[in-house]
Amino acid sequence: MSDLSDLRQETAGLVDAAASADAAARKLSVWRRLARNQSVVIGGAAMAVMLLVAIMAPFLGTMDPAEINPAWRNKVPGTELTGTAADGSQGWVYRMGTDTLGRDTYSRVIYGTRVSLIVGLSVAGLSIAIGLVVGMVSGYVRWLDGIIMRVMDGLMAIPGILLAIALVSLSSAGLDTVILAITIPEMPRVVRLVRSIVLSIREEPYVEAAISVGTRLPLLLIRHVLPNTVAPLIVMGTYIVASAILVEAILSFLGVGIPPEIPTWGNIMAEGRLLFRIFPHNILFPGLFLAVTVLAVNMLGDGLRDTLDPRLEKRM
Amino acid sequence: MSMDTDTALTVSGLTVELPKGTDRRHAIEEIDLHVGRREILCLVGESGSGKSVTAHSVMGLLPKDQLTAVAGSIRLEGEELRHATEDRLRDLRCTRMSMIFQEPMTALNPVMSCGRQIDEVLQTHTSLDQQARTAKILDIMEQVRLPDPRRLFSSYPHQLSGGQRQRIMIAMALVLDPVLLIADEPTTALDVTTQAQILELIKDLQERHDTGVLFITHDFGVVAEIADRVAVMQWGRIVEQGTTEQVLKRPDHPYTKMLISSVPSLVPRHRETRRAAPVVLRTEELAMTYSQGGMFQSKRSVVAAQDVNIEIRRGETLGIVGESGSGKTTVARCIARLIDPTGGRIYIDDDEIARVSVGQMRSHRRRIQIVFQDPYRSLNPRRMVGASIIEGPMNFGQPRDEALARARELMGLVQLDPDALDRYPHQFSGGQRQRLCIARALAMEPELLIADEAVSALDVSVQAQVMDLLDDIRIQLDLAMLFITHDLRVAAQVCDRLAVMSAGKVVEYGDAAEIFANPSHEYTRALFSVAPGRDWTFGEFLTD
Repeated sequence: MSDLSDLRQETAGLVDAAASADAAARKLSVWRRLARNQSVVIGGAAMAVMLLVAIMAPFLGTMDPAEINPAWRNKVPGTELTGTAADGSQGWVYRMGTDTLGRDTYSRVIYGTRVSLIVGLSVAGLSIAIGLVVGMVSGYVRWLDGIIMRVMDGLMAIPGILLAIALVSLSSAGLDTVILAITIPEMPRVVRLVRSIVLSIREEPYVEAAISVGTRLPLLLIRHVLPNTVAPLIVMGTYIVASAILVEAILSFLGVGIPPEIPTWGNIMAEGRLLFRIFPHNILFPGLFLAVTVLAVNMLGDGLRDTLDPRLEKRM
Repeated sequence: MSMDTDTALTVSGLTVELPKGTDRRHAIEEIDLHVGRREILCLVGESGSGKSVTAHSVMGLLPKDQLTAVAGSIRLEGEELRHATEDRLRDLRCTRMSMIFQEPMTALNPVMSCGRQIDEVLQTHTSLDQQARTAKILDIMEQVRLPDPRRLFSSYPHQLSGGQRQRIMIAMALVLDPVLLIADEPTTALDVTTQAQILELIKDLQERHDTGVLFITHDFGVVAEIADRVAVMQWGRIVEQGTTEQVLKRPDHPYTKMLISSVPSLVPRHRETRRAAPVVLRTEELAMTYSQGGMFQSKRSVVAAQDVNIEIRRGETLGIVGESGSGKTTVARCIARLIDPTGGRIYIDDDEIARVSVGQMRSHRRRIQIVFQDPYRSLNPRRMVGASIIEGPMNFGQPRDEALARARELMGLVQLDPDALDRYPHQFSGGQRQRLCIARALAMEPELLIADEAVSALDVSVQAQVMDLLDDIRIQLDLAMLFITHDLRVAAQVCDRLAVMSAGKVVEYGDAAEIFANPSHEYTRALFSVAPGRDWTFGEFLTD
């Protein structure tokens, strides 16, 4: 006896009527609701800090992350550099110690933030841009749908990391290759989401009404279908950011990602792996940054999902 | 308190509060009603009047975080329920009081066989052994007149028809002989023929089992069929209560008078015939077959419409009536070319449009406009209603200013405030939204207006207004109108000519007055014979 739908509708109708008294007030309330959601606030703040760290990396008391100092290899965190460093500064403190080549782990981790965020954001941006177009076409052009979706099924059947490894090994390693390699396995999820939204929206009477007043297909999609995908895609985007950052770290750790001279969290951990038992700091600090970033992005995503579109949970 | 054995339910002074920030304080206020044993009390009212809240309060099924009963009492056979514990309520549900719902598909568990769902009730509330339970279940399934109870016992809900599912719900509700049955719009989702059978069944069982029935409905036809007494609700209050005869024939309260006057009559309105006007729409052997399946699935096809030959003249309304699945909406959608017909020809004036390409169709789009059933989904919620109305004309090159000026005129025509063009759809009621949809359709200056169940989702008083509006517009603009409806009363009031559809075919076609007076096809006769409240004439009571 759980069918309370009529009643819910009735009450929801009443609540709705009052809540929607004014369109402007409603728009404001989205921001207010976001501000009230704890995971949005915490996740968003942590992400903002990470973004600042990435942008301000040279000004955060870092040295050149690639600079090798053979005399100061494998130092534990807090070791003080006596004498003069290459750039002439004195009394340098290795806050997070040094690695096997004597590079400053702190500087490397801070600069690594840049790579991680660039990879995360570009993968999210790219896969959403491509996924949106492909998903719309798939949802609207019926005869293409079968073909596109089978290709996407195929892509989904390949483990993402394996596909990325294969793609990286086909071309030279580099930031752009890694971004592309992570984007391809992420894309099918976006395509599926967009397609499912388009399929349900195209049946809506207001879309049919637009067709019968002669609205052309591109305008129809942009005007009536696209706005419905915005909220779900923002949420999906945050999840992609998190998973892309993770996959990039994994690829680097496996040595098939970004070349080792560029500091990324994965690279730092890969190099620290051999001496992990004696000098755990080379794994610990980048690992901590990675964990905090991914957690923050996921919290932000959960919060956004709960505020923007509570029904989305079932869809993804 | 008196332990009156003839009273099943007494509700007095019941008030349920709404959460803060809603447009009224109480969902229901000071509800007084009683249901005797062997009695059917109909609770009638329009949407939002508080009928369902009343029913759910009695069952103790109010969502706790949103609605709370703050005053009054609910007595079931003298036992106070408002302060009863959750355990006690659980004991009482199904044993002393039961409820059936509007949509039996969602009220039944889709992954459990029907027999086992009834069995669950018995397992929870009785200590009968397996054999006795099965016997009891088969007996009650027999009583609700399900064919072949043994087979249906192990069938799943999706294998049953809507009517059969509702019978399973009724069987489940009555298997333990409760004193009170609450029926919340139990026939609204059903076709008229099924509805008539279910109503008869409820009446029959209630007499045999001495059950008191609280029957919630918005349909005065159903009231006339089934009620012993009627209570009319408006804005959370009962405004009038009395015997069916009293309330329907001699209503006292102005709201009741207005409601009853709004019920469309089954006697067709007299209309002048216009046999000389030019033909706007003609279909020849129109057919639509849906086929499913693709790369990895086997093909299946369903014939939704075949051999449909209809004709509409300028200034004339053709109604297509039929039950769900008869193909009437398919025909409408084919004519509007929202779907591509698989056979036959459609002529607008003399242009054939069934076979033209999407690109060629675009130039014909403005000549055919359609108004849909659900006013809540027919307007893009993210766009101002003005933008929705001028979208069409601007698609065909009308400058924005001109289109807006025309939209303001149209708002006047559909009796809305022209200054409301910059509001969003959610700021309008259902009836107002339907007017907006009509305005959007008229902005295209169509020759043919299709109304696909356009008044079916509206409350009866609003329905009457929108029907009048559509009729006025047809006369003023000399439009041809195709009116799709399942409601014979509505058809009788707005149609000049009628096509009765069944299983994808037009079984009867002719003048509406002629068909209503003299239905010749067997199916039409059957359809008319089950129209609820057909023996009543709902009077026109003048209200001030």
